[in-house]
Order: sequence, then structure tokens, then C-alpha cells
Amino acid sequence: MLEVLAQGAFAEPMASITLAHYLVLSGAMFVLGLVGFVTRRNLIIMFLCTEMMFQASGLALVAFARYSMNLDGQTFVIFVLTVAAAEAAMGLALVVLLFRKQESLSAEVWNQLKG
Amino acid sequence: MLDLAPIAMTLAADSPAAVASAPAWVMLIPAMPMIGVVLCTLMSIMGVRSKLPAFVTVACLAVSFLLTVFMFTGHSEGWATAVGWEWLHYSWGDGNGQNFTANFAFAVDGLTILWMLFVTGLATLIALYASEYMATDVGQGYNRFFIAFNLFVFSMACLVMGSNLLMLYLGWEGVGLCSYLLIGYYYKKPEAVAAAKKAFIVNRIGDVGLALGVYLAFVHFGTIEYTELFASEKLQGYLHDAAEGHWSHIPWQASAIPLFLMVGAFGKSAQLPLYVWLPDAMEGPTPVSALIHAATMVTAGVYLIARTYPLFQVSEIALPIVAWVGTLTALLAATIGMAQFDIKRIMAYSTVSQLGYMFAGLGVMTSVGAGFHVLTHAFFKALLFLACGAVMHGFAGQLDLRKLSGLWKVPGWRIVTIGMFVGCLNLAGFPLTAGFFSKDMILAEAFVTPGFALIGWILLFTAGLTAYYTFRVFFRVFVGPVEYHAGDDHHGDDHAHDDSHGDDHDAGHGFHPHAPGWAINFVLATLAVCSIVAAGLYFIGDHGWVAGMIHDSTAHIDPHGDEAGGSHGSAALFGLDPHKAMYYISSVVGIVGIIFAYAFHLHGRKSAGEAPAADAFKAALGPIPRWAENKWYVDELYQFLFRGPLLVLSHIFRYVDMLLVDGLVNLMGWLPYAVGGRLRRGQDGVLQSYAASMAGGLALFLLVILLLVNQSA
Repeated sequence: MLEVLAQGAFAEPMASITLAHYLVLSGAMFVLGLVGFVTRRNLIIMFLCTEMMFQASGLALVAFARYSMNLDGQTFVIFVLTVAAAEAAMGLALVVLLFRKQESLSAEVWNQLKG
Repeated sequence: MLDLAPIAMTLAADSPAAVASAPAWVMLIPAMPMIGVVLCTLMSIMGVRSKLPAFVTVACLAVSFLLTVFMFTGHSEGWATAVGWEWLHYSWGDGNGQNFTANFAFAVDGLTILWMLFVTGLATLIALYASEYMATDVGQGYNRFFIAFNLFVFSMACLVMGSNLLMLYLGWEGVGLCSYLLIGYYYKKPEAVAAAKKAFIVNRIGDVGLALGVYLAFVHFGTIEYTELFASEKLQGYLHDAAEGHWSHIPWQASAIPLFLMVGAFGKSAQLPLYVWLPDAMEGPTPVSALIHAATMVTAGVYLIARTYPLFQVSEIALPIVAWVGTLTALLAATIGMAQFDIKRIMAYSTVSQLGYMFAGLGVMTSVGAGFHVLTHAFFKALLFLACGAVMHGFAGQLDLRKLSGLWKVPGWRIVTIGMFVGCLNLAGFPLTAGFFSKDMILAEAFVTPGFALIGWILLFTAGLTAYYTFRVFFRVFVGPVEYHAGDDHHGDDHAHDDSHGDDHDAGHGFHPHAPGWAINFVLATLAVCSIVAAGLYFIGDHGWVAGMIHDSTAHIDPHGDEAGGSHGSAALFGLDPHKAMYYISSVVGIVGIIFAYAFHLHGRKSAGEAPAADAFKAALGPIPRWAENKWYVDELYQFLFRGPLLVLSHIFRYVDMLLVDGLVNLMGWLPYAVGGRLRRGQDGVLQSYAASMAGGLALFLLVILLLVNQSA
């Protein structure tokens, strides 16, 4: 499986680093972010974990772009970063508001929307 | 508004077959009552609390009557049509019979004029009567009454004057609706509401027949316009075949049309087996009973058959069926009428019975006799009902003939008594009255028509019964010792059989009958005069004025022998010309009936409640009078045969609907609810668990993808 992904070559001097390396790194970052999101209760930490998942996907995009010698992926990452910046502003503002309401940063106190 | 200038017109062209155009103002005849509807509705909206609606109605109807008279004087011969607008037009091809047209148009011929004259004339008089009779209801009820009254006259005018079968159908349903509204006028009385529903439903059964008949007439002949339908070569061909006796040449579709049409006629004109609604319809105010349920609407069935007489003649069995149904209805209703105690109900049964005579007359091919009887009956039966209504009005709703007696001697009741007397003489067929001549025409024709002699005998016997029950009412209520007990005060309440009202033999203590005022007396006097004068019509012209009118219409019978309902050269009864013989025979029968009534109900009667001779005779007959009083249990029979099974069936359907249909629908609603109820437990509101399930889902998805890729690799 990984052999399939490792086909194709990067230019010197990084010829020994294949696409698979980047993807593994990206996947690891994503899983770390996901695990952090699921296990932590602190809203800010959870928010940072989502940022980490964002960057993992950005990394994969850049790697694929480089791999296929195409700038589309990189362009896309620029947009993602822009959106992420805006989203960070709003997300943190929301966290501040939520904190003011309940005097707590725990996600568990916001569970009214249950069936 | 009324341009009466072209009165000197000729309604018909030189050739009687040609269709002339009638002056446009004949459309005002139905329009005037419609204007009355609008005006009364406006007054109802404005909350008028006076007798104004009544006088507006009288004025509108009087104009309508005057126009009808002008229409009569201006009419010469044949059809004259006035087209309002194209009402319906459908086309689904170019071939013959592939387009359907019905104009909102009026066609005038002798039959139309005959009917319209008494419809508008009586409606005017009865509206005047009602202005006083309904006076206790001045206000919303009064307005409502006159709205429906005008609407009725409009519908009746459409029915009679319409130029095609669809116009007739429109009027037919319209009069049915007005009948329903007016029977249920006292809508707070459960009996009145039940009677209204019964009348409407029974009439609907007949209407199905009429609708099918009209439909079949269109399908077979390709048109429903009278002028085209009756002149069509197809129909003329059938009539020729029928005259020659080649019944087998006529397709069954054509012979089936009259069978359907007559079902409609039986429903509207209260014939067997659909007569049961008419006696109950007496729950309505008396002017309504007089106008709708005695004089005009119930003769619509006779009109229908007379109008479509050529269609009836192409069936071998249609007219004999009509004759027999009419005869049996006449007999049955007369026997029931003999045993009733409520005078209005007696009059109702006599209406059913007399309508039976008219049907029998049509059935034995004397459309002239039937038409003449319709006319005379309209006058004298309206008179009888209005006299009964005056009694009911004056004695606080008392209608039981065992609780009223000797009204002749009560001050202020002379005109009512005389009116009643004239009406009774006519109904009983006393010699030289109008009712005598018209009934004789039918009887004589029944005797001379081959194969209908039995009908003649039954009708003759019924004539005797009629004379008896008619004068039973007169001798009980209007002459004899003075005694009366008040009813229970409601106008609509027609019987007070419990004896709590008016202590026994306490003639009028604490109760003062309210003698009729000028309007009621005037109308009764006018109608009494009309009823007498109507006899003179018999001597006008060749075979009477009515014969002239009928012969100028589709009810005209093709001459085979003498068509005028007159003497057939060959036929004879007891060695005499049948019409002459019938004068003597029916005179004797009528007088014998009156003598019986005298002997039983006046001779030796000391009080209102007891007539010794009649009571003794009744006791001698055993249970039969009781059966007759209970209307031969026909209502109970219908209850058992139709209403009961239908009720059971409807309950079954209700449960099918409740359990199966509703069950399925409710299951559809319940299923998502139940599934959602289970699934929503997963929604625990904790952010992390949602994220975990998303991650799990993603992982599962990736796993599947990987497996698939591995497999394909």
C-alpha cells in the first residue's frame, strides 16, 4: 500500500523523503488533534486541537501539490489559512462569551442540546 | 325598467314547426324573483325588522305574474325561445354528438305558459298571505323566509321555462334546495330538521334518475335543447315505429330514457315508492306547504313527464308504469289520509293522492286531463292549505281535528270556513266544481283506454274515499258544536296530542282565538273565487282552455281518434259516451263519500273529540284503522329495509375507516416518532461524544476504502 504512495520522486537533495513521509506526518498530526479534541474538556485546548487538524490537512495538500507539480494545492492552502485565521478570531470570541456565561471553560457545562 | 312596448308581438312565426324568438322581456319573469332574492338579502343584511320584505316579494312576484299574463296574451303557437347566454359549451370532436351545448335560455310554449300562470299567480297570493302568517317572526326569520320564497319562484321559473333539460335540472335542484330550506325553517325543532333532511335525501334518490335520464337523452339524441330534441328525425322515427306497434325497432337506450326520467318525477311529485317525504314536509310553515308542497313544486314531476311526453311514448312500458304508480299512490295515500287526525297531514296525503291522479292521467294518455287537474288542484289545494294555516295561526298551532269544532260560529272565521268549504267541494269532486271536471277527464280516459279499466275503477273508488276524508275534516272542524282547545303556541308546532292543553270541554276559557286579518282573508277569498271560476275554463274553446294550451306543446298527443281527451267514438261506458257517463257516476260517488262523512262525523256529534258513529265504525273495523293511522307502517318498513341496513353498513365502514385507513395513516406518523425516540438517546449533548462518533465514522469509512482498494489491487 505504502509502496504505491511512495512512487514518484522529489527533486534532489530531498530525494530520500517521499510523499509517504509527509502523509504519515500529516496523518499523525490529524490523529493527535482528533484525540486531543475528543479527550480534553477545555474549550481552548479543543479549539487548538481543531487548528492542529487544519494544519495536518494543509500539510497533506502541500505535499500532494508538490508531488504532482501543480500549484492548485498550495493555492488552496492559502485560502484554508485565511479561513482558519477568521475562524480563529470568531472561535476565540465565542469561547470568551461562553466563559462569561458559565464562568467555566469546560465543554461539559454546554450539554443542553440533547435529545 | 320594464319595457312593455312590444306587447303586440307575435311570439311564433307562421309555421308552427319554426322556432320563433320570444321578446327579451320574458327573461324578466324569472329575473323578478331573483331581484326579490337580492333585495331581501340586502334587507336581511341591514337588519330590517318590518314587513317590508314581504311587500317587496309580493311586488316582484306580481310583476312577474303580469309579465306572464302578457306572455300568454302575446303567444300564438309553437315554440318561442329567448336566449340569455351560452351557459356550457364543450366540444371534443367535429362529429355529430361530439359537442355539448346548453344555453341559459328560455323556451315558451303552451305548457310553459299554463304552468307559469299558476306558479307566479299563486306565489304572489301566497306571499301576501305569508306577510301576515309569518308576522310573529318579523326580523331575521322573516327575511330568511322571503329570500327562500323568492329563490323558490326563480328556480321554479327556470324549471318550467328553461329551454333545455339542463335548465330543467337546474330548476329542479333549486326547488329541492328551497324546499329543504323552508321545511327546515323552524330549525330549532328537531322534527322540522329531520323532515327537511328526509325530503332532501328522498328527492336526491329521484334526482339520480333524472340526471341519468338527461345524460342518456344527450348520449342518444345528441342534444338536450327541447326544440332540437323533439324535432329530431331519430325521435320522430321512433314515434312512428311506436304508433305502428314496431316496438322492437326502437333501441333500448331510447326506451330507457323515460324509465330514468320517471324516477325523478316520482321523487319530486311524491309518488310510490318515494312519497314518504311529503307528509313530513308539513313541518314547514303553512304558506310553504301550500305553495311548494301542494300547488307548484310537487307538480314538477307532472311537468317533466308532460314536457318529455314524446320520449315517454317511445317506450312500451313507461306510460303504463306511470299510470299504475299514480293509481296505487292515489289509493294508498287516500287510505292513510282517512285515518289521520292532523288536518294539515290529511291535506298532505290528499296532495299525494291527487298527484297520483295526475300521474294516472298522464299514464292513460290524457295529458289534457292531467294538466287541467294540476291547474284546478293548484288552486283548491292552496286554498285548503291556507285555510288550515289560518286555523293553525289562530288557534296557536292546533291542528288536531279532535280538538276543534264549529269554527263557523266563532266570530271572524266565516271567510276561512267558506274558503275551506269551496276547497273541500273541489277536492271531493262535487258536481260542477273545477275539481269535478278535471278528475272526470282522467277517470273517463282511464275507462276508455284499452287495458286500463281497472285503473279507472280504483281511481273511482279513491274518489269516494277522497270525498269522505275531505268532508271528515270539514264536518269535524268547521261545523257542529263550538269547541276549541289551543295548541302549544308555536307556529311550526303542528300537533299537540297530549291533553294537557285546554281543560276538557273548557271551550276557550283563557284562550281567545286570533281571527285572521285582512291579508289572509283576502287571499282565501281570492283563491275561493279562482277555484270556482276555474270550472269555467272547461267550457272555453273546443275541449276546454287547458286543452288548447296543452295541444300547443310537447305534451300534445298525436291524433289517433280524438286527441283532446274527448270522447272516443268507439268507446262507451254503460252504453253512454264515457265522459257523460262519468259525470253521473263520479257525482254519485262523491256525494256518497260526503254522506258517509256526514253520517260519521257530524250527525249526532256532541263534542269535538267524540263522533259516536265514526268511533263505533272504527271499532268494528278492528286493527285496520290503527294500521292506516300509522301510515301502513311504510316508514317502519323503509327503516327496516333501507335505513337499518344502511346504518349497519355505515357503522361497518366507520370501523374500517377508523381501524384500517386511519390505522395506516397513524402508523405512518407513529413510525418516525418511535424510531426517533430510540435514536435521540444518542444525542447526549456532549461535544466530545459527537466528535468521537464522527471520528469513528471517518475511521470506518477509511477502513472500508482501504479494504476495497486492497481488494482491487
